[in-house]
Amino acid sequence: MTAPATEAVQARSLEKSYGEWPVLWDLDLSVPWGQTLVLFGANGAGKTTLLRILATHVRADHGSVAVAGHNLRTRPEEVRRRIGVVGHRSLLYDDLTCRENLIYYGRLYGLKDHKPRVDEVLEKVKLSSRADHRVRTLSNGMQKRAAIARAILHEPDVLLLDEPEAGLDRESVTILGTLLAEWTDSGRSVIMTTHDLDLGLAWGHRVGVLRGGKVHFPDSGPIGNGSRVGDIDIRQAVADALEAGR
Amino acid sequence: MTGLLGPVMVIVWKDVLLELRSKDLVVSVIVFGLLVVVVFNFALNNTPGRSEELAPGILWAAFAFAAILAMNRAFVRDQEQGGLEGLLISPVSRDAIFLGKALTSLIFMLLVEGALLPIYAVMLDFSALSWNLMLTIFLGTLGFAVVGTLFSAIAVQTRSREIMLPVLFFPVLLPVIIASVEATTRAVGGETFIGLGRWLPLIVVFDALFLVICPWVFAFVVEE
Repeated sequence: MTAPATEAVQARSLEKSYGEWPVLWDLDLSVPWGQTLVLFGANGAGKTTLLRILATHVRADHGSVAVAGHNLRTRPEEVRRRIGVVGHRSLLYDDLTCRENLIYYGRLYGLKDHKPRVDEVLEKVKLSSRADHRVRTLSNGMQKRAAIARAILHEPDVLLLDEPEAGLDRESVTILGTLLAEWTDSGRSVIMTTHDLDLGLAWGHRVGVLRGGKVHFPDSGPIGNGSRVGDIDIRQAVADALEAGR
Repeated sequence: MTGLLGPVMVIVWKDVLLELRSKDLVVSVIVFGLLVVVVFNFALNNTPGRSEELAPGILWAAFAFAAILAMNRAFVRDQEQGGLEGLLISPVSRDAIFLGKALTSLIFMLLVEGALLPIYAVMLDFSALSWNLMLTIFLGTLGFAVVGTLFSAIAVQTRSREIMLPVLFFPVLLPVIIASVEATTRAVGGETFIGLGRWLPLIVVFDALFLVICPWVFAFVVEE
């Protein structure tokens, strides 16, 4: 893991519009090391856009982002080295096997000894038995697990997950939950979006609601048992914030 | 340089592996190239006496059309399966991505041309065993691959990519095509290297120019 900057991810005054339509507006965000931030939001609230900006795939109109202390505008390649992304698409080639896809990404990320690491991540997502099968022959859930293996392959400091539970069966969700817990226990950070309130509250150290181009934090600290922070019922607060955003 | 060469070779390895699996590009382009030559051969009434005059034009028309077909596919698989996004969020420079894709296109097109050239030589009645001809074909194809890769990256983001690519590709490559046809005319006519005159240097200048400009423009093209 990289020598920690003060925050794993820090975004200041982010703005992004598509044409006349503002999606993110003066958005501030910070994610400490070793924490999972779960973002909720209605469709079109800008969750995917925010993750794509953090993943360096979309350029913000205004504002600054730093990942592990590296500025996204001035050192994009350093940022890319420190993030792992799971989006709606697996980013894997259908005609290559899981192993070949991972070897390809391992080489792109400059992993020195990528073969044992590929075996290790395939085992983590319980795909060892399908390692040499072409991606096109895998179910959607298995492809998602292969995508997760791709995202963690280079041991990034920050994982960006866009609705990672979508298309996963219960066993796969459990595997992902365990993996994320290990991830944050080792001091790394996660930002994920989801529409599943139960899952988000179970996995998140903090939750935010994206509404009106900004992230609103109904909690004022880490979520405890029973989804409460002090006197605040986070579940109700998130539901209220989502309702207000519709 | 090592930092650039590593990712370039990784991209080439991946594209070659994908092509070996699917075989949908090289085989279809070879068949298309053959058809183009057959059509031109009959349409222009090519006879042994006129071969030297017609063969270079037919050869490069076939190569150019085959290149369009090949370049149309250069980014399609990456775009459809998310591989391009995977590349763009990896810590690989845009230059390396561009050069990797351009080198892959160059290899595929040279393979296709290598397979077609002996057949063309028999059909159009000229000698393919000429270093000057090989050099001309290599330099002309390099220009095709570099410009084609850039315009393929632009076209793949549009809805009418099959139309967009030739519309962008041919006007920019016209000097290379003309110079290649002229140099080929002299090469099949048995001229020496010096006899190729200004045409070969002209292709070299254009290739060098494209190799500087295209990777730079590519970085803006893929920025969302």
